[in-house]
Amino acid sequence: MIALIDYRAGNLTSVRKALTHLGAAYSTPTTPEELDTCSGVIVPGVGNFRATEPLKGVWTAAIQKAVKRSVPLLGICLGLQWLFEGSDEAPGLAGLGAMSGTCALITSPGQDGDETARLKVPHVGWNSLHLTGPSWLLDGVRDGDQVYFTHSFAAPVTIDCVASTSYGIEFASVVERDHVAGVQFHPEKSGDVGLAMLKNFLVLTGAGAPIR
Amino acid sequence: MLSKRIIACLDVRGGCVVKGVNFEGLRNAGDPAELAIRYNKEGIDEVVILDVTATIEKRKALADTIHAVAQHIFLPLCVGGGIRDEQHAEAAIEAGADKVSLNTAAVTNPELITTLARRYGSQAVIVAIDAKRNNDRFQIYVRSGQRSTERDAVEWAAEAADRGAGEILLTSIDRDGTKRGFDCPLTATVSEAVSIPVIASGGAGTFDHFVDVFTGGKADAALAASIFHYSEHAVADLKAHLDQAGIPVRM
Repeated sequence: MIALIDYRAGNLTSVRKALTHLGAAYSTPTTPEELDTCSGVIVPGVGNFRATEPLKGVWTAAIQKAVKRSVPLLGICLGLQWLFEGSDEAPGLAGLGAMSGTCALITSPGQDGDETARLKVPHVGWNSLHLTGPSWLLDGVRDGDQVYFTHSFAAPVTIDCVASTSYGIEFASVVERDHVAGVQFHPEKSGDVGLAMLKNFLVLTGAGAPIR
Repeated sequence: MLSKRIIACLDVRGGCVVKGVNFEGLRNAGDPAELAIRYNKEGIDEVVILDVTATIEKRKALADTIHAVAQHIFLPLCVGGGIRDEQHAEAAIEAGADKVSLNTAAVTNPELITTLARRYGSQAVIVAIDAKRNNDRFQIYVRSGQRSTERDAVEWAAEAADRGAGEILLTSIDRDGTKRGFDCPLTATVSEAVSIPVIASGGAGTFDHFVDVFTGGKADAALAASIFHYSEHAVADLKAHLDQAGIPVRM
């Protein structure tokens, strides 16, 4: 059973529909204890990093406990940012800290007046993945495949980055450390490419153990 | 590189697509789900379901339509038409819409933009603006283009963005249905005035019209309905055309 964490940051209907389409059994736990028996955890979410505040405390502890017993964890969009130590968007509010680094507002490196300086934020639309390392989540995904983004803050490219995307800056669009993964885009809204990633995640939850 | 988006609009009434649909191989040419599946296969980037006649009694049919489409396609899905309050938006989103498009309600009650942006995030709130040229300015119209207002489209777009809109869907009333091309000066003016994406709509008649609106018009996305309805490969052919013209698209 996949635990789909609902902390009231955005609507889960589209993630539910994608999981149903892939034949996955999932539930939305109402108490942290329910995570003790799950085979996978998905932390979705959109909006301000401040919206992850309800995850603080018992939920974070329960998710950490699940990760410790090798349960695969997938963070989507805000859920990816929450895997990091925090975000400039909500200073002082800690994330899970499974990945090192802090998320920051997308800015263009260019000077005023040049093309990149007029970058629109939020970053909305289809953009390509540059594969940067081996990944179980991206099994079957090709370099250059496009996925659907909608976000203003982004994670830094670190050792955990397995795919990056370029929009003014280069940011981490997929991160992975053992059986913990995060995607900045919306796999549930990214057509067949996105569904393939969700399927890879479900396969790993069936295996129940880290594969690298 | 961020791709320019191609968005298909499905005009529905009481659960059926109403504008001319002429695909071979569809069991029911008026079925929005079948049409959306076809567009998805062709490579459409996003789908908008628009029901401008959605009255209270017909909203159930609209919710059923959203649900049917969302079950089959895993792409961004926007719903617009007659969304007057938070309950209407909630019904659309719970049925499977990722975004709602507000038009008249945003003008008469701009607070609704902020309310919905706080609740669902700005990415879920599109403000649709119907603009018409009036001498040297662009005037906005409400009630499906039936009623003029004194408001200026460029100023209103900036205000909508400030209030929390995530995107602007900009329709040229002058060009809508004419197949004479998008209003590029209008689109460029609004696109430069706001820091959120602008979707151009109204007037698509040829593939080159899309090239024009993505270059001179500075549009982030372009929406059309009938140009996609009549040919089986229109979306794929359009993207190939844009690719050849050097416009970044998802192939």
